[in-house]
Amino acid sequence: MAPLRLPAANSSTTAGTAASPRSRLPRLQPEVGEAAAGRQGREAGSRAGWRTMLLLGTLPVLAFILSFAWGRYPVSPGELLTVLAAKLLPLPHTWPATLETVVFQVRLPRIIAAMLVGASLSTAGAAYQGMFKNPLVSPDILGASAGAGFGAAVAIYFSLGIVGIQVSSFLFGLLAVLLACSLSTRIRHDPVLVLVLAGILIGTLFTSGTSLIKYLADPYEKLPAITFWLMGSLAAISSKDVLGVVVPVVAGLIPLHLLRWRLNVLSLGEEEARALGLDTGRLRIVVILCATLMTAASVSVSGMIGWVGLIVPHLARVVVGPNYRELLPASILIGSAYLLLVDDLARGLASAEIPLGILTSIIGAPFFLYLLLHARRGWV
Amino acid sequence: MSLQLQDLTCGYGSRPVISHVSLEVHPGEVLCLLGPNGSGKTTLFKTILGLLKPRHGRVLLDGADTGSWSPRELARVLGYIPQAHTPPFPFRVLDVVLMGRTAHLAAFASPSEEDLAIARQTLETLNIAHLQDRVYTEISGGERQLVLIARALAQQPRILIMDEPTSNLDFGNQLLVLSQVRRLAQMGLAVVMASHFPDHAFLYSSRALLLKKGMVFALGRPENTVTEESLQRLYGVEVKIIRARLPNGEETRVCVPVTGAGGATRPEAAGEVGEAVPATVETAGAPCVIA
Repeated sequence: MAPLRLPAANSSTTAGTAASPRSRLPRLQPEVGEAAAGRQGREAGSRAGWRTMLLLGTLPVLAFILSFAWGRYPVSPGELLTVLAAKLLPLPHTWPATLETVVFQVRLPRIIAAMLVGASLSTAGAAYQGMFKNPLVSPDILGASAGAGFGAAVAIYFSLGIVGIQVSSFLFGLLAVLLACSLSTRIRHDPVLVLVLAGILIGTLFTSGTSLIKYLADPYEKLPAITFWLMGSLAAISSKDVLGVVVPVVAGLIPLHLLRWRLNVLSLGEEEARALGLDTGRLRIVVILCATLMTAASVSVSGMIGWVGLIVPHLARVVVGPNYRELLPASILIGSAYLLLVDDLARGLASAEIPLGILTSIIGAPFFLYLLLHARRGWV
Repeated sequence: MSLQLQDLTCGYGSRPVISHVSLEVHPGEVLCLLGPNGSGKTTLFKTILGLLKPRHGRVLLDGADTGSWSPRELARVLGYIPQAHTPPFPFRVLDVVLMGRTAHLAAFASPSEEDLAIARQTLETLNIAHLQDRVYTEISGGERQLVLIARALAQQPRILIMDEPTSNLDFGNQLLVLSQVRRLAQMGLAVVMASHFPDHAFLYSSRALLLKKGMVFALGRPENTVTEESLQRLYGVEVKIIRARLPNGEETRVCVPVTGAGGATRPEAAGEVGEAVPATVETAGAPCVIA
């Protein structure tokens, strides 16, 4: 007997689709004919409306203008606009030369650097949090910062000069991540877990190397220089440094921005992402490459700046939700504004510069606690 | 599109977990995979999905060897439904379903309006359109499982692979999910589903595959393969298979574990629990009617 007989498969649809194997699924008939009910005119899969994005977009612009006005030689928005416009238009030269020096030689490079570093660390952090399926990951998880710190310490030890420090720090940052990645391919295990462990391992090695160099360094000249560099600062930035950072940062930012939808899928984990059609191995390499380029380039000019890559993505998640489609641009906008404002505090809060890295930690840790306590469960 | 496994052997490292499995699944069919823990159900799925390379044998889709297919090509044909789980980030339900469109997107693209329409359509197909703006991590397990099915449907696959889709669900949600599975097969999909419950094979599948230590123990219509003897040999427990006539005239079989002196399967005992629904119960070939 046949206790359970499947009703004959819907002949019209089955015949049509079996013939064209990779074609579309026949349009499944909704049982409730409310096809229109779902279309409420929301933009494609977006939680945060364009209004939120626009609002976030004004943050870095406002911070940019404010930062010129802030400091020992205040530049008003009017003066700023005039000086900037004069670069393009033939305006009469009615301002003191000091103003121009302050705007173009001192403040502009520093402001742009702060925004680039903030955007880089936040984007890299957001991308890594998805890739490692863990919201507590920061951009230095694979040892990029540890390597960069070691590179800078070595360069200072050998008195290589500012450019030498930056190049060495950038290269060692890349080297550390490369080592961590190649180490991880040797171990047959869950690839994501192995990457984290390899990153911790390599990071520890380079941090120990930095300690060793500090121990060996001349305690009156070089040790303070290394220590100060490791605290992170944008005080000594020049327009040449900015140009050097722009290229790797943009080179890392653009692919990540274009791949941001896939970061959602990657955060579901290796097997599920592959079953959804994602070439996870290749995507992971691209993400690591981009994030490392950005992190190493940032750290090479700014030194160690902690907590930005951790808290900014969380803040962005609270504002626009976890979808990388909005999260990544939001992280860029919030990150650039955030680090710029903290850097303003670093240069203006006291009569002497406060190292930026110290400030980001002092602000970051309690702020993160606040997010943990008050944000919606799972959003942080 | 039909799925065919030819003499498939696969596993991790040097240890084969699945040996010489051959089978075919056609559109409209639900193949139910039964077998104790560690019998190789998940490994078999991973191999079909291309997550594990076969050590021997082939996976064919309409006769074409999938060995060289990219994840993207596979995902356009094979929809995978994992057990309901909690992802690290609280995505919106509609976004989770949209992720099913990934295999249809260009490398640098995000889902378009058309993808969105397809995602909404699949939610409507499963009658869960009302969930679309909820947060995936905050809905119930049964709803999550349905969302994962919707996500697989958004892939517009020909074949659905389901790894114990009901394992974390309460009784009502199990039936809800399984009846949707049967409906999808009726719409022309081929479904391969792993389960821990022999009853699922009777109720929702057209064929059953019994796996024992990575080998095919039995393959065929559930009423021929899922028997008291085969279940005893598969799981090492004594069971009775009871035939019951449903109010609509259809007949089904139910698997009942034999506990103690077989009291649970005695007609009077069955009658006590079955009174609300008049059913014909037949044990050991001797039919008797309980009204």
